Amino acid sequence: MRPPPAATSDARPLVYLVGNPNAGKTTLFNRLAGTRARTGNYPGVTVERRASKWSIGKRDVELVDLPGTYSLSASSPEEQIAVNALLRDRPAVVVVVLDTTSLQRGLYLALQVCESGLPTVVALNMMDEARAAGLSVDYARLGALLGATVVPLVASKDEGIDALTEAISASLDGRAPNTAPRVALDDATEADVAAVAVVAADTLHVDANKARAWAAWALLSVEDRDELGDVPASLRDAARARQLAARAAGRDLDLALVGARYAFLDRAVDAAVSQAPVLARSRTDRLDAVLVHPVLGLLVFATVMYLVFEGLFRGSEPAMQLIEGGVSATQELVLNMLGPGPLRDLLVDGVIAGVGNVVVFVPQIGLLFFLLGLLEDSGYLARVAFVIDRLMKVVGLHGKTFVPLLSGFACAIPAVMATRTISSRKDRLVTMLALPFMSCSARLPIYALVIATVFAGERPIAGVFSVGAVVLFSMYVLSVVATLGVAAVLRRTVLRGPRPTFVLELPPYRLPLMRNLLRSTWDRVRAFLVDAGTIILAMTIVLWAVLSFPKSATVEAEHERERTAAHAQLRDAALESRLAAIDDDEAATQLEHSAAGRLGKLVEPAIAPLGMDWRIGIGVIGSFAAREVFVSTLGIVFGIGASADEKSSSLRERLRDARRGDGSRLMTPLSGVALMVFFVLACQCMSTLAVVRRESGSWKWPLLMLTYMSVLAYVVTLGVYQVGIALGWGVG
Amino acid sequence: MLKSDINSGVPADAPTTPLHELPLGVAARVRDVGCERLVRRRLLELGLLPGTPIEVVRRAPLGDPLELRVRGYRLSIRADEARAIAVERIASPDVVALAALHVEQA
Repeated sequence: MRPPPAATSDARPLVYLVGNPNAGKTTLFNRLAGTRARTGNYPGVTVERRASKWSIGKRDVELVDLPGTYSLSASSPEEQIAVNALLRDRPAVVVVVLDTTSLQRGLYLALQVCESGLPTVVALNMMDEARAAGLSVDYARLGALLGATVVPLVASKDEGIDALTEAISASLDGRAPNTAPRVALDDATEADVAAVAVVAADTLHVDANKARAWAAWALLSVEDRDELGDVPASLRDAARARQLAARAAGRDLDLALVGARYAFLDRAVDAAVSQAPVLARSRTDRLDAVLVHPVLGLLVFATVMYLVFEGLFRGSEPAMQLIEGGVSATQELVLNMLGPGPLRDLLVDGVIAGVGNVVVFVPQIGLLFFLLGLLEDSGYLARVAFVIDRLMKVVGLHGKTFVPLLSGFACAIPAVMATRTISSRKDRLVTMLALPFMSCSARLPIYALVIATVFAGERPIAGVFSVGAVVLFSMYVLSVVATLGVAAVLRRTVLRGPRPTFVLELPPYRLPLMRNLLRSTWDRVRAFLVDAGTIILAMTIVLWAVLSFPKSATVEAEHERERTAAHAQLRDAALESRLAAIDDDEAATQLEHSAAGRLGKLVEPAIAPLGMDWRIGIGVIGSFAAREVFVSTLGIVFGIGASADEKSSSLRERLRDARRGDGSRLMTPLSGVALMVFFVLACQCMSTLAVVRRESGSWKWPLLMLTYMSVLAYVVTLGVYQVGIALGWGVG
Repeated sequence: MLKSDINSGVPADAPTTPLHELPLGVAARVRDVGCERLVRRRLLELGLLPGTPIEVVRRAPLGDPLELRVRGYRLSIRADEARAIAVERIASPDVVALAALHVEQA
């Protein structure tokens, strides 16, 4: 059975906020909840749950922000959250927030809530815009027709909050009107609803109104092969039988149920709402004339996307450098405070490095979600999807997948988190699982090192293009091809489903509220730190242990003897440099003795056909912490210390001089390209796995991702190296 | 009024056009939504019902999807879905129908 709703173990009355996307529900929630909001996930699904204790008058209630939706009917577990919350959790009051400028569409959701007999307050949000459009509403009249309290609201300007609070309070006290409206159905449809309602009342033990609500829900939602979870079999069967009978009789049950509700609403709106005809062009029309113009629109799109990418890529750099500097300084501090030993190593290379590995992502995540919030709340994010959908459709994706994929060029961690803006679960998973192929910024140091090592002396192609630049560009092309190809394959295999459709509201342009932007940015950062961060920290410590143990006492003693000898023979600068060389050599020899070193040698036969040797193997193991760690791990392996970076000429020289067991050169242009191809395709990033685990809600998806990325990387790299060998290309 | 009753005087024999062929900016009424069930249910629940006034505002810069105006808001769907929606032009511009298309702030 479904687990009980989270965080309501204390018996505070539940107040639920429901509403269409873009109706200002979150603005209202943030306004009411202030800083007390808690964020978590609904069990088993990838949808976020936001709740808060809220003091209303003298009592405390549990305020819950339900996911935005246009209707209670559902075709996936994600969409079932709203219906289950409303019809199973027994909320004390439901607040329906709707955008008054698209009144009927919002009222369609409100009517479903009212029909189920729940105490309902309907907040007509964005009333200022509606008034400006000549709309005037008789709230009492509309409330009487819906059996609810109807109040005007401008959540963004804090107008109407008091009246809304008072209405909720009255509802909690049972002082508000609460008579479920009855939507008139034609006789045959009425018979269907009544029959299914009997079954619903029996199996779910609910009152007559809720039973009818369940019946209408099941008749609209259930299908032969749907993905709904936890629908009682008897309810499902009853609804299915009635659907089939209706179809056999040539009746259109979906249209009858939806049409009856809209007919009810049309009459209610006729009676309670009047509108002076205003046919002037709206602000949104004027903006759209430029922003989605056939030519200008593409320019605007390219500019905005460039700015987002540039902001993510470069804007976060100073903060990241600051964090990295802070981590090094802390490591330095601990190194000087504690004597050498395993504890110091654990603190420095395990714990502090691990915390650094987590915190270093914060600037990018914060920046991306701030920019994403800006785009979403202003209304432009929907236009991004609108403009680019045609291209994404070619690979079986949806316009909304574009921004997360683009962000993947900077870093997969924030990009995976950005898939939250994709509403369809399957589209979201496909995007999440494919985007780690996008060539992220952490791969750049590897490309830079390899290119500088093996292509430094090459003559430019056609006299202009340096070989290194062409190779680098090819890696980016390969990453895009891999991303889109894998997405297309996933869509047709493990995540097969109905053809993705594109039904997207283009909301009016509105000014984003800073308070909402900061709130959603902080929520994302915190969720990352708490959920993914702990996994990343734990993995860093494990990886440190693998790279450090077991230690060889013989090696230690040998180097200790060398140090003593050096002290006896040398002085000052000569002594310092000799000691540093001994340290580096000891680190390299100890790494060779560690579990990672043994593993590197163990897998050498498997990776030799890829052009790698055991030393590269250790680098690959080390790079699982983060791809750029490959470079510093190689620094240790080649005995020049962990401070080596991609610009280090001594590391390049050691790599150029390195020989395999058979005496041939380790780094040839071919083995260099093979190594880069490997890093384009391989899932060498535990943080990505941690964040996919967090966002997909299970270990199944990150493990699948690790498997197919590793297999693909191995097979393609093998192909590149072996074909290259056979053709005799780049081996010299 | 925001009126758009299901049976608001559409002659049953008026000629219909698939929505993706409706010229931009021409007011029409929905006659029939014929998409695959899941999409159809979503469109119905979003208020695209037989009799509802509708207008194609523009096409996306790359030609697809379409931007529709319906019940005072903007909705985007692909031409693939629009193909299955039959509409008929509103012969003489109908003030009520036009008002139902434009509800937001001037």
